[in-house]
Amino acid sequence: MQNHILSIILFTPLVGTFVLLLIPGENKNAIRWIANIFALLGFLISLPLVPMFWEKRFEVGFKFIEGAPSNWIPSIGAGYYLGIDGISFLLIMLTTLLGWISILSSWTAIENRVKEYYAWFLVLQTGMLGVFMALDFFLFFVFWEAMLVPMYLLIGIWGGPRKLYAAIKFFLYTLLGSVLMLLGIIFLYYHHHSVGNPYTFSIPALYQTAPGIEFKYAVWLFFAFFLGFAIKVPMFPFHTWLPDAHVEAPTAGSVILAGVLLKMGTYGFVRFSLPLFPAVVMHPKVRGWMIGLSIVGIIYGALVSLMQKDMKKLVAYSSVSHLGFCTLGIFALNPAGLSGSVLQQINHGISTGALFLIVGVLYERRHTREIAEYGGISNVMPVYATITMIMFLSSMGLPLLNGFVGEFTILQGTFLENWKWAAWAVPGVVLAAAYLLWLYQRVFFGTVTNPKNEKLHDLNPRELLCFAPLIIAAFWIGLFPKPFFEILEQPVNKLVTQIRPNYPTAATTVNASATPTAAAPSADSAKGTH
Amino acid sequence: MLGQVAQLFSPTDYLLSLPIVLLTIFALGILIIDLWVPAELKWFNAVTAFIGTLFSLYIVVKIHFFYLSAPSTANGLVGFAQSMLLDRFALYFYYLFLVATLIAILTSVRYLEIEREHHGEYYALMLFAVVGMMCMASAIDVVLLFIGLELMAISTYVLVGFLRRDRRSNEAALKYLLLGAFSSGIFAYGLSLLYGLTGSTNLFAINQRLGQLLQIHPKDPIAIIALITTATGLLFKIAAFPFHQWAPDAYEGAPTTITGFMSVAVKAAAWAMLIRVLFIGFAPLQNVWVPMMIFVSIATMTGANLAALTQTNTKRLLAYSSIAHVGYILLGVVAFGSGQNPAAADGLKGILIYLLVYTFMNLGAFAVIASLRRRDIIGDEIDDIAGLYSRAPFEAVLMLIFLLSLAGIPPMAGFLAKYFIFLSLIESQHYVLAAVAVLYALFGLYYYMKIASAMFMRQPLEREALPVSWGMRIALGITAFATIYIGILPEQFIRAVNWTLGLNQVSSVISQLK
Repeated sequence: MQNHILSIILFTPLVGTFVLLLIPGENKNAIRWIANIFALLGFLISLPLVPMFWEKRFEVGFKFIEGAPSNWIPSIGAGYYLGIDGISFLLIMLTTLLGWISILSSWTAIENRVKEYYAWFLVLQTGMLGVFMALDFFLFFVFWEAMLVPMYLLIGIWGGPRKLYAAIKFFLYTLLGSVLMLLGIIFLYYHHHSVGNPYTFSIPALYQTAPGIEFKYAVWLFFAFFLGFAIKVPMFPFHTWLPDAHVEAPTAGSVILAGVLLKMGTYGFVRFSLPLFPAVVMHPKVRGWMIGLSIVGIIYGALVSLMQKDMKKLVAYSSVSHLGFCTLGIFALNPAGLSGSVLQQINHGISTGALFLIVGVLYERRHTREIAEYGGISNVMPVYATITMIMFLSSMGLPLLNGFVGEFTILQGTFLENWKWAAWAVPGVVLAAAYLLWLYQRVFFGTVTNPKNEKLHDLNPRELLCFAPLIIAAFWIGLFPKPFFEILEQPVNKLVTQIRPNYPTAATTVNASATPTAAAPSADSAKGTH
Repeated sequence: MLGQVAQLFSPTDYLLSLPIVLLTIFALGILIIDLWVPAELKWFNAVTAFIGTLFSLYIVVKIHFFYLSAPSTANGLVGFAQSMLLDRFALYFYYLFLVATLIAILTSVRYLEIEREHHGEYYALMLFAVVGMMCMASAIDVVLLFIGLELMAISTYVLVGFLRRDRRSNEAALKYLLLGAFSSGIFAYGLSLLYGLTGSTNLFAINQRLGQLLQIHPKDPIAIIALITTATGLLFKIAAFPFHQWAPDAYEGAPTTITGFMSVAVKAAAWAMLIRVLFIGFAPLQNVWVPMMIFVSIATMTGANLAALTQTNTKRLLAYSSIAHVGYILLGVVAFGSGQNPAAADGLKGILIYLLVYTFMNLGAFAVIASLRRRDIIGDEIDDIAGLYSRAPFEAVLMLIFLLSLAGIPPMAGFLAKYFIFLSLIESQHYVLAAVAVLYALFGLYYYMKIASAMFMRQPLEREALPVSWGMRIALGITAFATIYIGILPEQFIRAVNWTLGLNQVSSVISQLK
């Protein structure tokens, strides 16, 4: 019997959209309640997946398979085919959590066209979940593109002053990458057929044939996919849409954009680029470029963050820097680097999501994000200041909090490949501390200089509720990351053996256990299964 | 004497002509009845035309199920002294024409009332145009083909200028007439050369003799000239570069409902003609016209996409967009012409699916623009559509669906159409061409989203709600439903196209064409 939990998680938000459409638009509070109920429901429904997945965490291959290849459009071999492994499982949980939090955070922020707003938001939620669940390339592409439309409208309708520009820029940039990826997908599909198989878009089936593509074609294919993912991540120099989109998007839109949408790019690298084109990925030149771009992204993003006068822009550029770590870990191409990268993606979703919420809280009260407008906020909003401190520390990678575990594991994995790469990336950590603490100092410390800031009220219970799960998650990953590494172990090891069949996974284990901190749990669990 | 004439016609001829004759009778009937219909009851003409189209559709369905599904006649019915071939390919186009006509009639009633040009001739001319299109889709003899083409073209010239009091409409009609007549002349010249070369007007005979001729003289200059002149006529009718300049003017000036009709039905007929002439008649010259079509398609996409970027008139913008779509469909011709099976099959499949999908999405988009027409306001500037969401949320959302479909964003039907074109290009190893084509999708997205952002993100210039007639609502409902449905559950439609092309069957249109 098939388990339908993935479909249920996937379509709960969409059901919410249809329910919303039945409510008259003037009844704003009813709409808010229903949207929040469905968002919370979407999160609660995904919770049973946790124990279910936990039991199967060491099983090989995709789990909770639903549907079958080629059952949707048999004529072309497209199927409604879902399934997850540890990587997509973590990202799905992140998506359902952030989806709920961002809808909750919009309660007072959105005043006009409330119904549309929530309706599009829930559509977006379904689209994002679909991307992480799809095991069929056609289905994947449908979700990948369909999701752009609600995001475009969210930025374009409820965004800031330059919303039209930012919205179309976001849409065009992402489409530029994805159309070339479409050609790549079609090529894989046709190649699969031309080596004597039936036409199919099934991703597991394409895993079998794609590595056999001639190198000269595979390079082009790799770059077609690369462009799609690199724009989404965004990797330097494809990042220019990001600050615009973030600055103009409403707070909740930014949270989702940073928290989930950017992860689609890194997810794409892990899920598609690596296993489909192992020869290209392992080519020293290609790999050198990838690592180089990641390092440039880390340093450049951090330096630009340092110079920002607008808080939201600062956080946006910090995303470029943090995502640089994620891609660095991916192209380290060893278990530590990859699992660190996926974990760092989750961490980034938690901390940067929280940072955008933090900026949103101030923006809702003062309608400005200029750093110079603030100062001494910790005097008037102590709870808010505390939470901000925790999230800043988490974002800059302080031990005991989540960011440290991810960055450390990535750097460890990178170091194993080439110590120079790790050495170049380390300044990013230092710079992160610099721009975040400097921001904190300017906004929160000192005395209140601007009279407008004297009467600001502290967080209300709804806002506290938004932050609570994020803080819990940050501490959890920081103090006890073992379960996360266990979940990632199987897919990551499989990935490494796909790309480097001779890679001594055991050697990494020995090395990893030599370092006492974060990566140790991963090593222990790895031993346990061998 | 009468008996002798009757002997010239076989029973098949009567059957073949039935859908056409029915439409003609209804068209003539409308012309006569119109004289007695009082001004306020002119919608009655629309009803008559609608019923006539339904009758014709009924006969087409009958032919479909009684003849083309039976094994003995599955390859089509030949009639009128080998000049007409009603095969599955023709049938597919018959369905397209008739459905497009039904939808166009539904959108027209209110529009013509507002324009104060509600005359019976409008519907009669529309039906005559359909008769011409049907002849074009089923002709395998260039004479019948040309007659069909002229019947359709002349009816359309008049329809474009139907708004007598509107200078733009008059100007458009005149331009269209002059250029159209010119191109028809060149086309006829090409056909006459072809007749001179081969001594036949039948496309299959032309194919055969041209092949023999080219074996003796592989680069026969007359044959090349015949190809170029004929292709000029064909490219003019589908509005491809460099013969596309009439389209924006004609589309902008014509009554919006006719623009919609022209952009789908008339264009589909031209495509049917192009496929028959190029793939049957000129098949031996494939190695000459495939590179030509590659150039034409790239030039068409470039010219149209760049021009569309700066348009501020929605009708004109959609006119350029429809030229851009022609460029895409031409890529299917390229793949079909240059690839081996199955690439060849997918190229033609792509064309047919594209035309099907395009019928619904483009008619829908023009229907929304037509519904913006009110007294004293033409409603075809982008400013007129600004803030449409707050005035008519339903129409705005439908328009968004049509625009996304035109831009090729899944899960709308337009994506499927583009998918098949790209697939056929990859299969026939036109990788660079495929990359160029997908990049032009970005341009498309930009100008379609310009309309979308005006609808959703700008404030309306006026608050008045939009009066939408029931006919319009039904038309919008059908087109939007089809656009989404074909996008999400395309299986039956792909199978229908496979059936049309006789894929997976013993004898097929493909094998006839190739």
